[in-house]
Amino acid sequence: MTAEEILNSLKAKFGDAIVEAKLDAPQPWIVVNPSRTKEIAFFLRDDPATRFDYMMCLSGVDYNNGKLGIVYHLFSMVHRHKIVLKAFCTKEQPHIQSVTSVWATANWHEREAFDMYGIVIDEHPDLRRILLPYDWEGHPLRKDYQVPEFYNGMKVPY
Amino acid sequence: MIETKSLPTQYASQPGPVQTSSGKTLRTDEMIINMGPQHPSTHGVLRLEIVVEGEIIIDVIPHIGYLHRCFEKHAEHMTNYQQVIPYCDRLDYCAAINDEHSYVLAVERMLKIELPERVEYIRVVMAELQRIASHLIAVGTFGIDAGAFTPFLYAFHDRELILDLFEMTCGARLLYNYFWIGGLSHDIPPQFVDKAKQFCTYFRPRIKEFNDLLTYNEIFVKRTANVGVLPKDVALNYASSGPMLRGSGINWDLRRDDPYSVYHKLQWEPQIGKGEMGTVGDVWDRHIVRMREMEVSLSIIEQALAALPEGNVQAAIPKRIRPDAGEVYARTETPRGELGFYVISDGSGTPFRVKARAPAFVNLSVLPAISRGCMIADLVLIAGSVDIVLGQVDR
Repeated sequence: MTAEEILNSLKAKFGDAIVEAKLDAPQPWIVVNPSRTKEIAFFLRDDPATRFDYMMCLSGVDYNNGKLGIVYHLFSMVHRHKIVLKAFCTKEQPHIQSVTSVWATANWHEREAFDMYGIVIDEHPDLRRILLPYDWEGHPLRKDYQVPEFYNGMKVPY
Repeated sequence: MIETKSLPTQYASQPGPVQTSSGKTLRTDEMIINMGPQHPSTHGVLRLEIVVEGEIIIDVIPHIGYLHRCFEKHAEHMTNYQQVIPYCDRLDYCAAINDEHSYVLAVERMLKIELPERVEYIRVVMAELQRIASHLIAVGTFGIDAGAFTPFLYAFHDRELILDLFEMTCGARLLYNYFWIGGLSHDIPPQFVDKAKQFCTYFRPRIKEFNDLLTYNEIFVKRTANVGVLPKDVALNYASSGPMLRGSGINWDLRRDDPYSVYHKLQWEPQIGKGEMGTVGDVWDRHIVRMREMEVSLSIIEQALAALPEGNVQAAIPKRIRPDAGEVYARTETPRGELGFYVISDGSGTPFRVKARAPAFVNLSVLPAISRGCMIADLVLIAGSVDIVLGQVDR
């Protein structure tokens, strides 16, 4: 399926949950509503025409304009096609729905996005920090992150 | 609303209560044991929190991040794109060349540059040599996990010969910084081709010797067959890749299925697990896939060396690399699986965002699902068969 066909089938099914799309990019992407990612993901995985059964990558991004986002790179082992999904949220309301129940691999990736960007993954089964210590403050990959002076009494910049 | 399918964690067999011969149920208390962070068989600083009932594992909770060194933050704070390459080396320090390959591929796809053919062939030779070196560490240390010390020494002896080849080429033995954007740091030395061919001739019988010593050893087979079975659908749902995925019987290799470099011009076949000793997707299958992949790599190296064209080793690229604003996700097949780099450019001279999709990180996340219901002693083998490198898990 081409990106355009995928977009059309998503639009027919979910209507206004599909926010925008850029199909002329080298790797076409579709922006979806951050509070409906799970049902869209289930549809993309289970629909016989799309069958995105393999999530290659899930990345958090800080776009440096007050917007955070998660980018899902999907691949279908059955049809051998790819699509990129994006879900955006604001820094004030950093909430995106979890897709862990669709692709189990998203579990750790989403924890990483929470850890690094402070994106709260709604309905995640186990939302804890993953790479940083559990008592670390702040989310380091945000563009406006300031390195703290001290961590538990230890000087941080060496 | 679409109906939800069952979660893959339910595939793993849950341990039932142990029964005595007279039919009474034995029930012991659950206990929590820490394996690591400083444990020889976690292959680095990984902590596994194990909930056990007697000797049976109820749950495993991996705690990672002990080796976190902010690779992604560093990448955003370099002064140009080339400076990220040495940091990529340090992701997977057992297979540095493959890490570089993935990153430079991502940047080259953003720049849309064509590489001289000689570069691609040398890259394939180097990547495959590195794959053998990395698999030798994997199977060698895996032997130690199973209690066999000698194969480890055989493996490290042969790996040393590959490191000598790398040292001859770029001076470094572990972290190379050899693949540059648009080419290589410099050409291979004149005697390299002969030495590499000699290595191939020498190493092929050694694989058979290694197999006789370890792979088909009866004790080893009994320890590994039918242990830690990873079914196909679980492997896909957890997006496992590399020998993990192929060990589960899925015929999938990015070198063939999402081609890059010149792999499509060479004759070779991916190796998959067939369940020869037990069940498809068990620990032994993942081991044999690595062993057979080394033979495949040898054949790829020989073909690439035979077809090695003359020419330049650096494409003409601007001194200051500024890709157009945009993004790309490029992936390659490293010894551990699919290593992807998601690079976003905002049109400036430094990357706006670099995300490394590390195969070791993703493969490790399946560990709890496949080790529930196993014995503690088997967990060491299962963790060893995932072949993690903590530098890549923690980034």
